[in-house]
Amino acid sequence: MSDPVQKPDTPYNFAYLDEQTKRMIRRAILKAVAIPGYQVPFASREMPMPYGWGTGGVQVTAAVIGPDDVLKVIDQGADDTTNAVSIRAFFAKTARVATTTRTEAATIIQTRHRVPEMPLTESQILVYQVPIPEPLRFLEPRETETRVMHALQEYGLMHVKLYEDIARHGHIATTYAYPVKVEGRYVMDPSPIPKFDNPKLTNSPALQLFGAGREKRIYALPPFTKVESLDFEDHPFEVQRFCEPCGLCGATGVYLDEVILDDKGGRMFVCSDSDYCEGRREEGHRGHLAGALAGAAEAGE
Amino acid sequence: MSAPLNETQAPLLSAENVTRFYGTRLGCREVSFQLYPGEVLAVVGESGSGKTTLLNCLAARLSLSSGAVRYLMRDGVMRDLASLGEAERRFLMRTDWGFVHQNPSDGLRMNVSAGANVGERLMAVGQRHYGQIRGSALSWMERVEVPADRVDDSPRAFSGGMRQRLQIARNLVTAPRLVFMDEPTGGLDVSVQARLLDLIRALVAELDMAALIVTHDLAVARLLSHRIMVMKEGEVVEEGLTDRVLDDPREPYTQLLVSSILQA
Repeated sequence: MSDPVQKPDTPYNFAYLDEQTKRMIRRAILKAVAIPGYQVPFASREMPMPYGWGTGGVQVTAAVIGPDDVLKVIDQGADDTTNAVSIRAFFAKTARVATTTRTEAATIIQTRHRVPEMPLTESQILVYQVPIPEPLRFLEPRETETRVMHALQEYGLMHVKLYEDIARHGHIATTYAYPVKVEGRYVMDPSPIPKFDNPKLTNSPALQLFGAGREKRIYALPPFTKVESLDFEDHPFEVQRFCEPCGLCGATGVYLDEVILDDKGGRMFVCSDSDYCEGRREEGHRGHLAGALAGAAEAGE
Repeated sequence: MSAPLNETQAPLLSAENVTRFYGTRLGCREVSFQLYPGEVLAVVGESGSGKTTLLNCLAARLSLSSGAVRYLMRDGVMRDLASLGEAERRFLMRTDWGFVHQNPSDGLRMNVSAGANVGERLMAVGQRHYGQIRGSALSWMERVEVPADRVDDSPRAFSGGMRQRLQIARNLVTAPRLVFMDEPTGGLDVSVQARLLDLIRALVAELDMAALIVTHDLAVARLLSHRIMVMKEGEVVEEGLTDRVLDDPREPYTQLLVSSILQA
């Protein structure tokens, strides 16, 4: 695959996968974009990382990335966790692409279970890592049956799950992997993002690609696709609300992580999107715990 | 039960030479009959006589080797079930038909609550109002005599009789015109059986449903059905009004069946 004359500076083909594999994945992506929300099977490869660490997302990223792309990888919103750092390093090594932690500077964002707080643009691609692509899996274990249900749009069962939630908890207690209907046709699992992020899926200017490596499925939301979260007329879809702003940057209306501070019940809420939080602090925003915990939080990072 | 037969009406279901082979082995052969709206037909016979095969063929759960089953759709057109598309067939199954399995766990979703079990068909046909779905579930549970305070319990926590009643409620919630029942009282003790039979009889009369009941228990057939078909080795050997067949069996095999009931 490499130029026989010039000695390659990396033993890997560009972005690790061989060209035929990338073509195969691109064909699956094109099909997925053509049928929004439909799960396209693809010949998922073994990747040099365990299943569950984002093998699907990595393959999708490898298929769409070019030498001029700038890659950002987030894991639960953070750029600095093992998974995010490793995947960034993987592409820095195998594709020699520039990486960044800044949302607005990235052209490809691979994400594990969050959508960045900052609105995305038409020049960006969001790649989701998906553990279980089939939204009906835990309701109907037979793959043959779920395929027929998708084909015939038999989605009553999805509401059975929501009914169960309300019957047991008094409200829809599904907080992540909240099922959505794409363009009034396919019911799709938006990967385990918090339902807080569901409203960001609809009409997004960015292309959204979903890769499930173990389950060998790719699906997609083309830009400006209508995505509705399923609900009942008398129990409409709602996102999580937080009782206090981010402790570090004072942001409201963003998704927050709870951080346990001590064993006496002390806790704080901080932005799950670490880049967004840092950006706000650079702009001079300060949360009520920023001064007291600045040292501790940096030590923790 | 007296027969409410109205021969001027069009039949609801019509079977024409229904034949099913499993490879070279016979399931059922050349069964023909017509079922009218509101009529209850029992299919009796010993184990292995082809009753359940016939039922599955009629309910479009098995393909036929030859013959045809026609059904009067809600728009008044008689259609061959084999000509229905998969989508139409499944829609028919969850709206206009019910299927009560012998083993309730085959017909129920054991991992969701009783209320969700009853409400599933409503949600499948597009109801999206939680309060109304739950209201229907509660009223149906009351009708089949399952205590309303069990609505949020899993069917796993139910007794066999309650499960079977729940399965019936789940099937009847969309007001089907035809219900298939495969040994609905099998595996239940006698007193529970009696109550269930009472319930089925009342519901069938009240809702004016047609029912096709497969059973090996002649007492069930006598209690529930207007007409009876006796099967042996895959073929219908005798057919007629329930009282006539059971009180005055003509075929030696039917005589044997009737005489083998223990006289209390």
